Amino acid sequence: MADESYPEELRYHPEHDWARVDAEEATFGITWYAQDALGEVVFYEPPEIGSEVTKDQAYAEVESVKAVSDVYAPLSGEITAVNDAISDKPELINEDPYGDGWLVRVKLSNPAEVDELMDVAAYRKLLEDE
Amino acid sequence: MTRYTSVTDADRQAMLDAIGAQSVDDLFEQIPVEVRLDRDLDLPPGLTETECFDHLAELAERNAHADAETCFLGAGMYDHYVPAIVDAITQRSEFLTPYTPYQPEVSQGGLQVMFEFQTAISELTGLAVANASLYEGPSSVASAAYLAIGATKGRRKLVASRGLHPHSRQTLETYARGFGAEVVEVGLDGGVTDAGELAAAVDGDTAAVFLQNPNFLGAVEDLEALVAAAKEGGALTIAAVDPLTLGVVRSPGECGVDIALGEGQSLGGRLDFGGPSFGFFASTGEHLRRMPGRIAGETTDVDGRRGFVLALQTREQHIRREKATHNICTSQALNALGGVIYLAWLGKQGIVELGELMARRTAYARERLAALDGVELLHEAPVVREFAVRLDAPVEQVLDRVAEDGIAAGYPLAREYPEYEDALLVAITERRSKRDIERLADALARAVRASRGEPAREEVPA
Amino acid sequence: MTPPFATPSPPPANADTPTAQQRETATTIFERSVAGRRAGSVPSCDVPERPLDELIPRNLRREHGPQLPEVSEPEIVRHYNRLSRRNFDLDTGPYPLGSCTMKHNPRLNEKVAALPGHARLHPAQSPKRAQGALELMWRLERSLAEICGLPHVSLQPSAGSHGELAGLLLTRAYHTDRGEERSRVLTPDTSHGTNPASVTMAGYEVVKVATDERGGVDVDDLRSKVDDDVACLMLTNPNTLGVFDENIREIAELVHASGATLYYDGANLNAIMGRSRPGDMGFDIVHVNLHKSFSQPHGGGGPGAGPIAVSDRIEPYLPVPRVVRSEGGNGAAPTFDFDHDQPKSIGRLRGFAGNFGVFVRSYAYMRSLGGDGLTEASEAAVLNANYLLARLSEGMTGRYLPLAFDRTCMHEFVLSGAPAKRELGVKTLDVAKRLLDFGFHPPTIYFPLLVDEALMVEPTETETRESLDALADAFEEIVAEAERDPQIAQEAPYTTPVRRLDEASASRRPVVRQTL
Repeated sequence: MADESYPEELRYHPEHDWARVDAEEATFGITWYAQDALGEVVFYEPPEIGSEVTKDQAYAEVESVKAVSDVYAPLSGEITAVNDAISDKPELINEDPYGDGWLVRVKLSNPAEVDELMDVAAYRKLLEDE
Repeated sequence: MTRYTSVTDADRQAMLDAIGAQSVDDLFEQIPVEVRLDRDLDLPPGLTETECFDHLAELAERNAHADAETCFLGAGMYDHYVPAIVDAITQRSEFLTPYTPYQPEVSQGGLQVMFEFQTAISELTGLAVANASLYEGPSSVASAAYLAIGATKGRRKLVASRGLHPHSRQTLETYARGFGAEVVEVGLDGGVTDAGELAAAVDGDTAAVFLQNPNFLGAVEDLEALVAAAKEGGALTIAAVDPLTLGVVRSPGECGVDIALGEGQSLGGRLDFGGPSFGFFASTGEHLRRMPGRIAGETTDVDGRRGFVLALQTREQHIRREKATHNICTSQALNALGGVIYLAWLGKQGIVELGELMARRTAYARERLAALDGVELLHEAPVVREFAVRLDAPVEQVLDRVAEDGIAAGYPLAREYPEYEDALLVAITERRSKRDIERLADALARAVRASRGEPAREEVPA
Repeated sequence: MTPPFATPSPPPANADTPTAQQRETATTIFERSVAGRRAGSVPSCDVPERPLDELIPRNLRREHGPQLPEVSEPEIVRHYNRLSRRNFDLDTGPYPLGSCTMKHNPRLNEKVAALPGHARLHPAQSPKRAQGALELMWRLERSLAEICGLPHVSLQPSAGSHGELAGLLLTRAYHTDRGEERSRVLTPDTSHGTNPASVTMAGYEVVKVATDERGGVDVDDLRSKVDDDVACLMLTNPNTLGVFDENIREIAELVHASGATLYYDGANLNAIMGRSRPGDMGFDIVHVNLHKSFSQPHGGGGPGAGPIAVSDRIEPYLPVPRVVRSEGGNGAAPTFDFDHDQPKSIGRLRGFAGNFGVFVRSYAYMRSLGGDGLTEASEAAVLNANYLLARLSEGMTGRYLPLAFDRTCMHEFVLSGAPAKRELGVKTLDVAKRLLDFGFHPPTIYFPLLVDEALMVEPTETETRESLDALADAFEEIVAEAERDPQIAQEAPYTTPVRRLDEASASRRPVVRQTL
């Protein structure tokens, strides 16, 4: 399992999802805290390429042995790529939540939404209060 | 009265002291006065074990059971021989009294049994995966409808053959009202599902097609052809099958169905006036994650030992709650154990031999009865364990007369199939010998003769 | 007097010396097969041995038989006997699973259920030749009606969940008959998972109702959510926290005023038999778990039964067939029959009349105890739970596994392992696994979801005082051990046939059958 970490360059959503923004595109995933709370991930079914995601709405589910968690979109847009590797190896979400455990890549429909997300300091504060 | 508690006055006092209460009544204080029952329960006083036994035995005496008469009743449950080892094993404390295996380290017995059962059902049906049991046959059909509606995302039509057990069709209709779905029936032709009518009924709104093989009238259907017709529209194909006929009848998996399920009573189950038995449920691998009920999976422990656990629990109600694939919690684990013991006892050879014996005896019985005056076959489709005849006399009178000879001749079809007047469904298991069949033929011939021309019982004035 | 199963000192806490069972590799019945072996034999054919092709066309027949085991009878018996010993069971030791009511399963019930008049009775037998069975069902219905305080009963549902689905379909039929379409059902956040699952199956949307600080339904929250789109409120009382909802009359009035039905999940009926009745509390529909309060053995996961009792306004919609009794004329005995003619019925929920074998056992249990005995059973259940709670509130157990809601409990109570997790690093799961080494089945864990690190404990009335003391002593040992060395519990169990299992792999790459 990965050690607890929250990369500086990412933006964070209060439902424990992260976004790596690159101009008009972003990659999403779940944070270390989220995968730790879930336990060992056993199943993840990626959404369809081409489908729309909306900020603050769930777009997929991640399952562990004893729990199911909704995954929330930090930003709105259209899915351009999904991480197929996770279907065969869902444990990647636990092992490398910010790298190989990425979930979807999205073409942003409203880049201004990025400003509403938390930076790492704000997210760490949220975790402390949790 | 009988008691299973041990608490003496001394116990009670010591326990109340430890609790810090004055009396047991104190512990019930939290029940508001207006909802307290201020009288004794109006139930008969308790009995000693001997009195209770006598009472239950007296009730049992007033039932015409299959040891007291020769039973040709079928209609979904059958008088097969249950080997002595089934009860010997299922009555063991270690199988009879534990709960569902939520602590797998101390439930390897039950979990391995589930795994073996799942394997056996998968083998019988020819489908990749199976669950650890549902309640029984008809409700399993309805459970499959729930899966199909979820899987086909919004389709609301369920097409069911009239050959499906009437209880299955009725149960399907009841559940369908909850699913917001509509059940459309496809008729029979010559005792089997009308293939043309089936093809016409399946459209883009059909979530699933339901077939039964052998069907309720005992006919062996051309399941493969029917499934091919149904598959065109993207509907799921679901077959209710009888496990004990699967030694000789083509497996639903080979016929291309998505889901096979049915009533498990013929696998080592008691008749028990209809329950408890078990339902089995198998599907192609594609539907594994939508499957209802418990599923045991193989794994290893921390020291590398082979073991079994409840797998894919995120489908189930205790985790998924309102999004569960089904609401089932308690199913029929002990009966499923009886089933897998029975299958081990019958074995690879036995199930084929049994199927062949039943097919031959059933064909013989059908021929003998068809030759009787006043008896004709309802259909001539191939049969394996059950067939239907039409009588030229009021069926209820005939049954009463034959009962006096110590024979339960069959199940009258009129209530559920009003189009078949004075018709009877006759089952021939391996317990019905040639001699039994001759006795039935003889008794039936006499009864038909005597009842012929008489008005049906309902018309006789009181 | 030494309790018969108290351990004098903690059981081994290392994996160095595997037990005999641990050294035995799990082998399935299929793996024991040897070609040519068999147990049973089939009678020889006494009718003309016509070729199968003549009887059933080849294209409808199976070409290769299923791969069933090939083993002799002694092998089957030995296999399942050895397998049975890899189970912990109620006849062997205490099983304090909350909301499961693991009370003793009387063997008299097995004996009477096996009588041929019951066990060998075909369900399609004509009712006039099954009068004993119909009378038994009718009497069982009357008994349940009296216990529940609701006059009309159907024995048809096969389990609690099945009863819940029935209740919701009855609710739907009731509203539809009145020309109303309602789309939502309320259920507390403490409810058993079957409740919301049943709601969805019945075509309704689940809306959660909050729990107040006393552990009961938050009436203000309920009031804000009840409207004419709510079809039903599903509750259990006492609830899964083991406390009686003192506001139940107010809740019932609120629900009925809006036209909704009030449903009672009977899982906790063992707390109140003869003391209070759900019908008197205002419930319209009740399901009873015969495999809980009425001693039907759990069988490792069934069979059970979930009969329902309903009020007058719900009666027309009950499933068919109904069991009816007709007075005998001129001093003749009454007769019983099935009535299928109920035009407003929701129809059937399953084949035939239900799990009759379960009815026989539960009926025998009720007749054995009688009204007094059932009341006594509930009183003893509540006494035992409060006593066990008093013991568990002492010492270190009381400190690290405190009661979640500080109220007198009824037949069960919920502890929270949050302090143990926080201060000792030992989770409820670890405590449960260590209890296995001590020879007890653990309580229910991680339910209700409302309580952090929950342990739901229900001893039932058939445990002796000594066994409750032994259980409390075991908890105390485990907590003391955890304070010294948390790793012991974290890696428990050590003495069970297998140790902790990899559940993640089983769900990631499921292997759900033997490959043959």
